Amino acid sequence: MPIIKVEGLSKKFGELTAVNNVSFEVEEGAIFGFLGPNGAGKTTTISILCTLLSPTSGRASIAGHDCAKEPSEVRKAIGIVFQDTTLDKDLTAYENLMFHAYLYDVKKGEMRKRIDDALHFVGLFERRDDLVKKFSGGMKRRLEVARGIIHRPRVLFLDEPTLGLDPQSRANLWEFIIGLQREYNTTIFMTTHYMEEAEVCNKIAIIDNGDIIASGTPDELKKTVGGDVIYINTPDNQKAKLEIERLFNVAVTEKDNELFLPALNGDASIPEIINAVGGKVLSVRLQRPTLNDVFLRMTGRQIREQNGSAEDTVRESVRAYRRRHG
Amino acid sequence: MVEANAVYVLIARDFKKFVREKSRLVSTLARPLIWLFLVGGGMSRFVSPGDGVTYMQFIFPGILGMTILFSSIFSSISIIWDKEFGLMKEILVAPVSRLSIVIGKALSGTIISTIQCAIILFLFPFIGIKLGLTAIPYTIAIAFLLAFCISALGIVIATFIENMESFSAIMNFIVMPMFFLSGAMYPVQKLPDILKLVAKLNPLTYGIDALKHSIFRGSVVPDFPLLADLGVLAVSSIVFVIAAGYFFERKK
Ligand SMILES: Nc1ncnc2c1ncn2[C@@H]1O[C@H](COP(=O)(O)OP(=O)(O)O)[C@@H](O)[C@H]1O
Ligand SMILES: [Mg+2]
Repeated sequence: MPIIKVEGLSKKFGELTAVNNVSFEVEEGAIFGFLGPNGAGKTTTISILCTLLSPTSGRASIAGHDCAKEPSEVRKAIGIVFQDTTLDKDLTAYENLMFHAYLYDVKKGEMRKRIDDALHFVGLFERRDDLVKKFSGGMKRRLEVARGIIHRPRVLFLDEPTLGLDPQSRANLWEFIIGLQREYNTTIFMTTHYMEEAEVCNKIAIIDNGDIIASGTPDELKKTVGGDVIYINTPDNQKAKLEIERLFNVAVTEKDNELFLPALNGDASIPEIINAVGGKVLSVRLQRPTLNDVFLRMTGRQIREQNGSAEDTVRESVRAYRRRHG
Repeated sequence: MVEANAVYVLIARDFKKFVREKSRLVSTLARPLIWLFLVGGGMSRFVSPGDGVTYMQFIFPGILGMTILFSSIFSSISIIWDKEFGLMKEILVAPVSRLSIVIGKALSGTIISTIQCAIILFLFPFIGIKLGLTAIPYTIAIAFLLAFCISALGIVIATFIENMESFSAIMNFIVMPMFFLSGAMYPVQKLPDILKLVAKLNPLTYGIDALKHSIFRGSVVPDFPLLADLGVLAVSSIVFVIAAGYFFERKK
């Protein structure tokens, strides 16, 4: 049963069409990634789903309630971590969460425990009595995630949750998010313009200029741009190149002292190739197409201006996450 | 129940911040004190309002009104900060009615203003005013009603304003004229006709008039009957709350 349903949703700001006839569904308990460059319409879509904006046309519903017609039912079912911080900096972490618990009518007897649990969950329990203005960006983000889950929402929206965080905080945040889905079966709806971060999603929709240009699982999307590539470096690349071409009947190219070729059998190609060159290998790696490649293929553009360092930190954090979770 | 919780927590939040920020209390109390003693004290030598009161005594209800005006508007205008710093979004996505948000915000401004007004009120012995035991709670009750009305008006203003850059415009074009055209510093009856009309549209006028009733007990003749004052304050409070709720609900 889909818990979020969006049909033909559009939003115009005067002449500008921020969201253009968008439709999608999100299954309960899934992690849904809404990807696209800056200005694509992600935040606008979230604002409509969260009842803060009304759509120009089309319909959106959450847990069976229309976002425009039954806003208070929808509000009860959702939690949100907005793109920009929405904490009260002059209150402590604990007070911010208490404020939230009252607004959401959490039972008095449970309030303390839920707040303490949430604080432990994001690792801020020791800092609960500090004013939020003393918190770093990463701590604020985590506190907002903690706040978003206190009332046990069925759907948690995360708008660019990792924006401006260092690699360590990013990796931590992803752990919390995955944990939420696992522990409470919370449906996660997240946006990002870091394509690499969307690897953890069960399903992805890519939005550009207000239009959804692709959707599917990360693997499905990556398949649309072609298969995996193997990179190999041996003591004698010339000899290895001839050998591999003879045995597998594929074109092998040499670039930057490395050979690369299509991995016809995916991961299983690696031992085959190593055997083919008689085990004399300096390095070998398999590279999968990225979601960036998907976006590039769909639009002919990079998702954002190349910014080596930022991109690398994202890659690093996803890798760090993967290392710990296989 | 959820609505009562929301009202409570909105008040509790503002109150906590008010208690924490001692400097705010000092600065909001400094203004009325300066006006009462420096302006009122100075003018007392030139102006004699008659009715057997000094000018400083005459403006005392007006100074209480000023305390409420500035404190309530300041409290409500903090909504604009909440919009700028995002907390307003957190409040608006919560499953509580917009009316509860307005009432909670208005009551927090009301309580904080009334406390400040009560502090100034207790200066009465120093300026030679005699207040009986019943006059004090009676005056505070009127102050509460006036503070609610002005806080609600402040919320209506705040719903139209997106950023703090407009703050000085609000002060210069709304708050200061409201203060001067309210009978605080001179009787409304002595104003030219056009300004008299403006004063009659100003809710603060009725609040200060009611305070004159409770403080002077007939020794100074106010401009309107007490019941008219209270009626105008009550009705305009309701109108402002409903208007603010409506403007909050309105989505882009
Ligand atoms: N309140 C608004 N008024 C006018 N234009 C807006 C408003 N909010 C967003 N936009 C415009 O709508 C487009 C989509 O914005 P947004 O949804 O914030 O994109 P994203 O979150 O994907 O970066 C942008 O061109 C943005 O400038
Ligand atoms: Mg955005």
